[in-house]
Amino acid sequence: MTRVLALVLVLLIVALFALSLLIGPAGLSPARSLAALLRGEGLAETLVMREIRLPRAILAAMIGAGLGLAGAAMQGYLRNPLAEPGLLGVSGSAALGAVIALQTGFAAQFALGLPLAALLGAVLAVGLILALAGPRGGSLTLILAGIAVSALAGALTALVLNLSPNPFAASEIMFWMMGSLADRSMTHVWLAAPFIAIGAVVLLAQGRAFDALTLGEDSAASLGVNLSRLRLVLVLAVASMVGAATAVAGAVGFVGLVVPHILRPFVGARPSSLLWASALGGAVLVLAADIAVRLVLPDRDLKLGVLTAIVGAPLFLHLVFKTRGQGL
Amino acid sequence: MTDLVLSDFAVARGPCDVLRDINLSVGAGEFVGLLGPNGAGKTTLMRGALGMMPHRGQSSLSALSARDRARRVAWLPQAREIGWPVSVADVVTLGRLPHLARGQKPGETDRAAIDAALSRMGLDGFRTRIATQLSGGEQARVLIARALAQDTPLLMADEPAAGLDPAHQLGLMDTLAAEAARGRSVIASLHDLGLAARYCTRLVVLWQGGIAADGPPAEVLTPDLLARVFQIRAYVRHTDDGPICQPLGVV
Amino acid sequence: MACRRASKALGAVLALWAGAALGGPPERVVSINLCTDQLAMLLAKPGQLVSISRISQDPNVSVMLEEARKYPINHGQAEEVFRLNPDLVLAGQFTSSYTVGLLRRLGVEVAQLPIVTSLDQIPGAIREVGRLLGRAAQAETLATEFSADLAALRANPSNRPRAALHYANNYTSGDKSLANDILTAAGFANVALEAGLSGGGTLPMERLLMLMPDLIISGQHYPGASRSEAVLTHPAMNALRDRHAGSALSDAEWVCGTPAVLRAISRLQEAYE
Repeated sequence: MTRVLALVLVLLIVALFALSLLIGPAGLSPARSLAALLRGEGLAETLVMREIRLPRAILAAMIGAGLGLAGAAMQGYLRNPLAEPGLLGVSGSAALGAVIALQTGFAAQFALGLPLAALLGAVLAVGLILALAGPRGGSLTLILAGIAVSALAGALTALVLNLSPNPFAASEIMFWMMGSLADRSMTHVWLAAPFIAIGAVVLLAQGRAFDALTLGEDSAASLGVNLSRLRLVLVLAVASMVGAATAVAGAVGFVGLVVPHILRPFVGARPSSLLWASALGGAVLVLAADIAVRLVLPDRDLKLGVLTAIVGAPLFLHLVFKTRGQGL
Repeated sequence: MTDLVLSDFAVARGPCDVLRDINLSVGAGEFVGLLGPNGAGKTTLMRGALGMMPHRGQSSLSALSARDRARRVAWLPQAREIGWPVSVADVVTLGRLPHLARGQKPGETDRAAIDAALSRMGLDGFRTRIATQLSGGEQARVLIARALAQDTPLLMADEPAAGLDPAHQLGLMDTLAAEAARGRSVIASLHDLGLAARYCTRLVVLWQGGIAADGPPAEVLTPDLLARVFQIRAYVRHTDDGPICQPLGVV
Repeated sequence: MACRRASKALGAVLALWAGAALGGPPERVVSINLCTDQLAMLLAKPGQLVSISRISQDPNVSVMLEEARKYPINHGQAEEVFRLNPDLVLAGQFTSSYTVGLLRRLGVEVAQLPIVTSLDQIPGAIREVGRLLGRAAQAETLATEFSADLAALRANPSNRPRAALHYANNYTSGDKSLANDILTAAGFANVALEAGLSGGGTLPMERLLMLMPDLIISGQHYPGASRSEAVLTHPAMNALRDRHAGSALSDAEWVCGTPAVLRAISRLQEAYE
């Protein structure tokens, strides 16, 4: 079952990745696109393929994987299907960190300034949420804490952008709140890749601990899980992935909610299997969403988060309704 | 061989000691019933001994590393939590985690332990059922099977009989007694004095932060102790089926 | 409350009366738009222009910084403009209609000058501001001088290099825009026309690359950071500049229909030589 799922997801990623490379306003034929991408035929075509479309497709897959995995991990830790980095304000806080780094010039000081600042913002948010939610992560506390953290991060982001001397900055609040992959470059790929990769490797290695947590904290501890260490690893790894993703693409919400929810039945609800499945599924979702924004409104920069929210918000409401029955 | 040694053990909550001057040693083959009124510190004693709460004095278990401890003692907390709709087999397999190296898949020994645990709890036909969709009592049995599959010298359970129907209560106590008879040691907190008297080889009564009595059921369950600690009077007799303890009224 | 409203109404009546009574050239002119600021500074007699907009003192967008620093500034808000007691306010076509409407209700004469979208409209704009300020003779001199200078600069090569205007957010200027006219006068062809763009609009970077322009004229970088401006230095654009196209910067001189555009034209010609 899980092997079939993995195969299907990988095939979907490959297909969507290829599709993502072939879609764009330049209107290149698949043959020319491929020749430009692989052999560098034609200066304009090569620049379009290698500098614009390739980084966009890579970022979509990478960021989707990071967000899906981060959602599955947070849900696994809190044993709550409503936990998601976007909803809990982690992405918003990462965006705040990124915006502060950009506007203060910290991001220009050294190469990793931007993702590190976003990571710091995310660490503060994850730490705060976990502290507020307590060991069991009750839905009500989680959602309320998430609302507060999101609202504060959003307001401060708007404030920083409004204080910027740059006339364009103030209008970019939408990008930071909704996310977009338009006109990103290989620079952004290299900036985000190490953080997302490290976070992913670290989290995927915790599968057993998340499995054990199915039975609660006490049982997990008695099965040899070091809970304080797991909590620290979770905070840092989630922040690393969400921070890097947000620093380059803005806050894309609901990926970490939708993907684990859809895939959970296919992996027998095992949190460890859900980790890798959600990483693959997240890549599928964001690749598909990024293709959709280009097909729906080719000439405008429709934000990625708009699409993920349209899919995710009703699902979220459904989950709230379901958990309400269980006494939140 | 002793599986748990507590010496001068004490647990404080805030400025007050919940437990103090606890000296207790449990050896192989013992089935210890941990008794006491609500708030006497039964859960605190077990969690403290497991190193899940800060304590003073020595506990042979909390001194171990988390991994070694997981191979020495299985712990069944009172809160019966199954966070995700996983299969019964998956829940029970979790009991094997302490025995698997990083990345190692369950092998022959593990499968044998899982099968044995499932059949001892009467769950043979339940393997592929979704654990969260079972009744409360069935879930309790699944979780006990998980603890059995951990296959540790010591099994500690916090009110394992709560919420089970009479047949399954008796079945559970039979199972725990059988585990003890096989050479394991079992410590279980219990509220049902009748079950405790009937199945346990030894009773430890906690009261006012200390051990009020410690010994075989027949010696511990005296009218005086029942009145002093539990504020009840009870019918206690020794029969061919073992000791009978039936509470009759409040003192 | 009633009293305050009465005094406000009285003020409005007085202002109307003052404007009507004088009849002659305005004595106190306030400009609240970057482009009217520049024309007014060029044409007003000493003391006539009492305030210009704040943005004219911003070194990033003002072409007359030194001159602008001699004037008090305003933020284009009706209340502060009204307090300056102007008999003429110069505003742009797209100045907030609330501000303009409020000022007019208070009895202040507001002249809104249209956006200049071609070089040919510049002499007219100069003369119009001159007329409003009662400085027609000075305006005529400036306009004639401008037309002559433009004619001298205007290049008409048989083979026009193809240039692309690339601003923040991939914005560009097509047909019927001042920037397009500046390009054409400098001897270039605007690639946005090939893409069928009229007026301003966005041209996705992919399409811009496919057009392979010979010159990329980028919008300027403002202080602070923005994602909108990141496209100007996107690796694909940098590679195009390195491997194929020349580069030039568009700046404040391109913004307003004033004689400053002549400097933009000559700098563009120098940049490509």
